[in-house]
Amino acid sequence: MDHLSVAAIGMGLVVIGAGIGIGNIGAKALESIARQPEAISDIRSNMILMAALVEGTALIAIILAFLLG
Amino acid sequence: MLSKRLLIILLSIFALSVSAQDHNEHEAGGDTGHSGFDPAEVAFHHISNHNTYSIGPWNLPLPCILYAPEEGWSFFMSGVFEPVSEHHGSGRYAYKRYVLHKGIVMHVVDPSFPTDKVEVDDYDVKEETVDGKQKEVTYVKYKGKEYKLDAKSTMDGGVFGGGITSFYDFSITKNVAGMMLVALFLMWVFLSVARTYREREGKAPKGVQGFLEPLFVFIQDEVTKPFLGDKWEKYNPYLLTLFFFILGLNLFGQIPFLGGSNITGNLAVTMVLAIVTFFVVNLSGNKNYWEHIFWMPGVPTWVKSILTPVEVMSMFIKPMTLMLRLFANVVAGHIVLVIFIGLIFVFGKSGQSAGAAYGTSIVSMLLTMFMMSLEILVAFVQAYVFTILTASYLSAATEEAHH
Repeated sequence: MDHLSVAAIGMGLVVIGAGIGIGNIGAKALESIARQPEAISDIRSNMILMAALVEGTALIAIILAFLLG
Repeated sequence: MLSKRLLIILLSIFALSVSAQDHNEHEAGGDTGHSGFDPAEVAFHHISNHNTYSIGPWNLPLPCILYAPEEGWSFFMSGVFEPVSEHHGSGRYAYKRYVLHKGIVMHVVDPSFPTDKVEVDDYDVKEETVDGKQKEVTYVKYKGKEYKLDAKSTMDGGVFGGGITSFYDFSITKNVAGMMLVALFLMWVFLSVARTYREREGKAPKGVQGFLEPLFVFIQDEVTKPFLGDKWEKYNPYLLTLFFFILGLNLFGQIPFLGGSNITGNLAVTMVLAIVTFFVVNLSGNKNYWEHIFWMPGVPTWVKSILTPVEVMSMFIKPMTLMLRLFANVVAGHIVLVIFIGLIFVFGKSGQSAGAAYGTSIVSMLLTMFMMSLEILVAFVQAYVFTILTASYLSAATEEAHH
């Protein structure tokens, strides 16, 4: 396999990981909002913060894949 | 019911077109020569920074400030190259051994090339192996001879394929011009809103004030106050500036037919924003913050020897992720938009089958409009995320000891 396909597979794996992570965050946040609708603003901002952190690791990996591929 | 049917139709058209594309590629034998349409190349051309501001068929000149160690400084407007829009904004003329290739100024290395304004014939990009690495080298043809071109110097140390070359570019490029416009616009808006507040004290908000006040209060009440506690007044101006500047740049890049500026999708711009945040966070760090990085209280010494390097690294990784997140999100949006538009040319076979091009243009327009509305959401979310993360780093840096 050449560089490009390895990088592409790596990017795919990264997206799977980030997708699972962000999906979990979204699911749990919705669950919490359903339990406690009055805490929606706190939950929403924390949800975005956590999603941003998960996304950050994924983006680093994708940029590395771009550079190495 | 109708919307469901529409969705099915859209999806089936999309599936059909994907298989058609597959077919095309098989026919062409995977050949992506210069004759065909290369979506990736077009996308990268459209997201990069240029020395001209092109709106539709017009190439507006921008000032070039160039420095070559052997020739000294040169100042001129990029209109001197007389760029042609049919050739992606490549210049018809060379001036002072500089040429304009696809909107980017490049320098002729060969000293035998004339220094005054001369007409050049053509440009050529070749794949070459330099120091064991595949590289694209650009040549300019002048009077039947090919001259090698140097790209501008970059400070990436060769990581992104750049390095120190024969000249430095300090020009006011498209991104710089766009940034200046946005900064002036924000200044004008905020000064006029500030005046409205003074004049209409105690009354309901009016006009632009009504649009800005919720955003302003949102950042102040949802980001600054919860994260920074009683120190919120000190950092509020910085966080609000960050939010509105990034939001302004993001939204400016979303305006269609306005040169497609991709300012926050430029690594240098987001790097400067991240560096400013890095300095603000670390210069306002108190004793407690530094203690938690270099000598955590209540941790065994052998664990400290592992944790300290990790903490020091994370000090630099935090602004790096800020930089990459904003960059990657904005760039991804722009690339997807260009690719969706490019679908028209892929299925129209670069103008050979007009029917397919007309058909695809409807689908592609719908997809593009959907993506653009998504991108407006992304513009807000990314500005918000940059601000909230800066606030959380600041809160970690200024927190008082409580144990």
